[in-house]
Amino acid sequence: MTDAPLLTTSHLDVAYGRGRKRNAVLRDVSISIAPGETLGLVGESGSGKTTLGRAVLGLVPASGGTIGFDGSDITTLGPRGRRRLARDIQVVFQDPYTSLNPAMKIRDILTEPLIAQGIRSREANARVKELLDRVAMPENSLDRYSREFSGGQRQRVAIARALALNPRLIVCDEPVSALDLSTQQRVLDLLIEIQERTDVAYLFISHDLAVVRRISHRVAVMFKGEIVELGDAAAVTEHPQHPYTRRLWAANLVTDPEEQARRRALRHELEAEELEAVESK
Amino acid sequence: MSIDVSTAVSSAPVIKRGIFRQILRNPLAVASSVVLLIVVVVAILQPWIMPFPPQQVTLRLTNAPPFTSHYILGGDKFGRDILSRLIAGTRGAVIAALILASIALAIGVTFGLIAGYFGKIFDSISSWIFAVLIAAPGIIVLIALYTLIDVSTPLAMATLGVLSSPGIFYLVRTLTMTVRNELYVDAARVSGLSNFRIVGRHVLLAIKGPIIILAAFLSGGAIAVSAGLEFLGLGDPKDPTWGGMLNDAFTNYYIASWQLIWPGAALGIATAAFVLLGNAFRDTLEGAFVRPSARARRRQIASLIDETAVAKTLGASATAAALGTSVPDAALLDIEDLQICYAPNNELTTVVDGISLKVSDGEVVGLVGESGSGKTQTVFAALGLLPEQAIVARGSIRLGGVELLGMPEQRISHYRGTTMAYVPQEPLSNLDPSFTIGSQLVEGIRVQTTMSRRDAKQLALSTLARVGIRDPKRTFASYPHEISGGMAQRALIAGAIACKPRLLVADEPTTALDVTVQAEVLDLLRDLQRETGMGVLVVTHNFGVVADLCDRVIVMRTGKIVEEGPVSEVFANPQHEYTRQLLAAVLDETETRERTPRATSVLAS
Repeated sequence: MTDAPLLTTSHLDVAYGRGRKRNAVLRDVSISIAPGETLGLVGESGSGKTTLGRAVLGLVPASGGTIGFDGSDITTLGPRGRRRLARDIQVVFQDPYTSLNPAMKIRDILTEPLIAQGIRSREANARVKELLDRVAMPENSLDRYSREFSGGQRQRVAIARALALNPRLIVCDEPVSALDLSTQQRVLDLLIEIQERTDVAYLFISHDLAVVRRISHRVAVMFKGEIVELGDAAAVTEHPQHPYTRRLWAANLVTDPEEQARRRALRHELEAEELEAVESK
Repeated sequence: MSIDVSTAVSSAPVIKRGIFRQILRNPLAVASSVVLLIVVVVAILQPWIMPFPPQQVTLRLTNAPPFTSHYILGGDKFGRDILSRLIAGTRGAVIAALILASIALAIGVTFGLIAGYFGKIFDSISSWIFAVLIAAPGIIVLIALYTLIDVSTPLAMATLGVLSSPGIFYLVRTLTMTVRNELYVDAARVSGLSNFRIVGRHVLLAIKGPIIILAAFLSGGAIAVSAGLEFLGLGDPKDPTWGGMLNDAFTNYYIASWQLIWPGAALGIATAAFVLLGNAFRDTLEGAFVRPSARARRRQIASLIDETAVAKTLGASATAAALGTSVPDAALLDIEDLQICYAPNNELTTVVDGISLKVSDGEVVGLVGESGSGKTQTVFAALGLLPEQAIVARGSIRLGGVELLGMPEQRISHYRGTTMAYVPQEPLSNLDPSFTIGSQLVEGIRVQTTMSRRDAKQLALSTLARVGIRDPKRTFASYPHEISGGMAQRALIAGAIACKPRLLVADEPTTALDVTVQAEVLDLLRDLQRETGMGVLVVTHNFGVVADLCDRVIVMRTGKIVEEGPVSEVFANPQHEYTRQLLAAVLDETETRERTPRATSVLAS
């Protein structure tokens, strides 16, 4: 293994539409993720954080810049190359209710990526049991439909599907936002444990600073399609530099009522500062 | 906001089986399947089960009435056995249905999938072709074909299949477009599946239901249309067909009118069987909720619980008058020993189990719990928003001292409207997309007050300004899709506070919003509460919201209250194990992860 980053995007642009209707969603985004590392990506809805994940997955085309994976350029990969890359890059989506096909049994959902990569069905079936075990789901889940499971259990199945091909990078798009608090923590713990065991890297997208802080080694903050701050998780989440990150930090609710009142006061200060800055311009 | 309801209902151990097994539990579906099976079997076995050759003429039995000779169903005007001809005609009907449906399906499904999944040029070209097809007048094309060239019935049916394919095409195309954007299709693409496999496995599987339904209707239609063509005398007159028999009987009407009955009945039964089967599929797939009559509901609740539960759930009964008593000096909202149940399949499941809570004037109370805790059900009961299947087994809900449970519906809605207001979870889905924000606010105000339209508009505008909307006139004239989620929530809050309610109930008011917008909406709620002194009941799963906004907190789990008290006390020193667990699960000030050496070197590079 080398020290080379696993995933890099350099000066990545993504835009929807053409001509006058052209709408730039990502502007000049450069990030890198090392093997075994989690890069947290925070931002509000519409900031472009999900689009970055989809660009890495090849679900939206880049309109400028490059995406590199393991030393090769994957910006404009044909369908065949993409299919090969499926072994290395996988995804866990936000909503476990729509990311699993309701008409398919768990067994079929999990064996599908394996069979698509040419693995025989007997081997695939054996592997699927191991996968369920890894995400702490009982083996008898295999012949049931996703609707018979709770949100947290469904998300475990989605993680198992992502792990099926032993990928080296998983794009996690708000994987715990739809879950209850205690379930949220258990799923995060599972993701961390899997990372420690398999050295998989995560691009972890979330709007929740606290969640990102828990799982990330480094954190990137996205605002209106640009990365405005990037650094160590502790640094970004404790001593944010960019005004937007500071506002985000202050808006994050805490459970200590007194601390929360202090944060509220700080947020009001920041807002007033910003207003002043705008007016002085 | 229906999430809690569905989890509550589905918490009963009901395991859904495959649709075919579910269909078999529908008696109508079973009956029609049996009829269709018989028709098909007869069509296959017809050479062996016909009592006489269908063309055999016995002059003695011309127009013989039924059940009088060895021609059991009688003889026709040429002295042929009607039963034999009826059996012989089965084959034509089955083949017509089979050919038409399979050709229409083959063309419509294939092109519908391609156009819907790949879109762009595929979509424009095929939509254009099918638009032309749909414009072609089917019956006229067929009659022209029959006259111009000597067409056989199968070929005519195939033509009709092509002409019916646009219906299937447009259905499949629309369904595919919806499914294409589902996350599981994206996940399949990321899994490295080829487009062919995704369309075949994921898309087709997800949309099969409506296609089956339409195919059943088409098959029924095919039998009727083929009979119609034969009745007109198109096709080979020597072939015994149901339509041809109808024609024979028709021309013979004044001599033996009963001859119409047999082919008519055969046609009617076969067509009806297809249509009823299609309907059964639709009911099963779309989970048609059969609303029981009020009387059946009464009886069910009375048998499961008792008569007082009937009055509390359905209201407006004779005993209800006694329940609607008023207590002076009571708390603003006083819920006592409330129990809410559901009875799917007549098995009682309790989702709120004897809870009591109070909200006083000027007090902000947070009701917290995870999904399935019953918190939303509790406030929905107070708001009168419980789904129809819910049963209020016992307890009381008093608003300003007046008992709401059992009160007649009209009085209750007026009372609720003027005293209590509601802010929902999903702001955008709680606004009607076809009306402007302003008209929805004005309508809400006018329902609750006797204000004129102009006054109501003034009030709406000033309230919009009050909730921090910078350009109230513009928002007033906007449609919901033109404003952001945060703005929509402000507008809904404006609607809620416009008539100065004493109690504001907010169900997860900030869950769907961004963190920064959430903070602003919480600020707004806090300011409004201080300004008006109203009582506020906030339902949330977020302890941070409680810490930010509330004076008192109530923690619920699986329908019961496990702990309650002043926010500062409960959060600093939680007594119940569950509260401690929940607070521990909050990712406030957790340690960040140790960096791996490898990752560090990357950052340095």
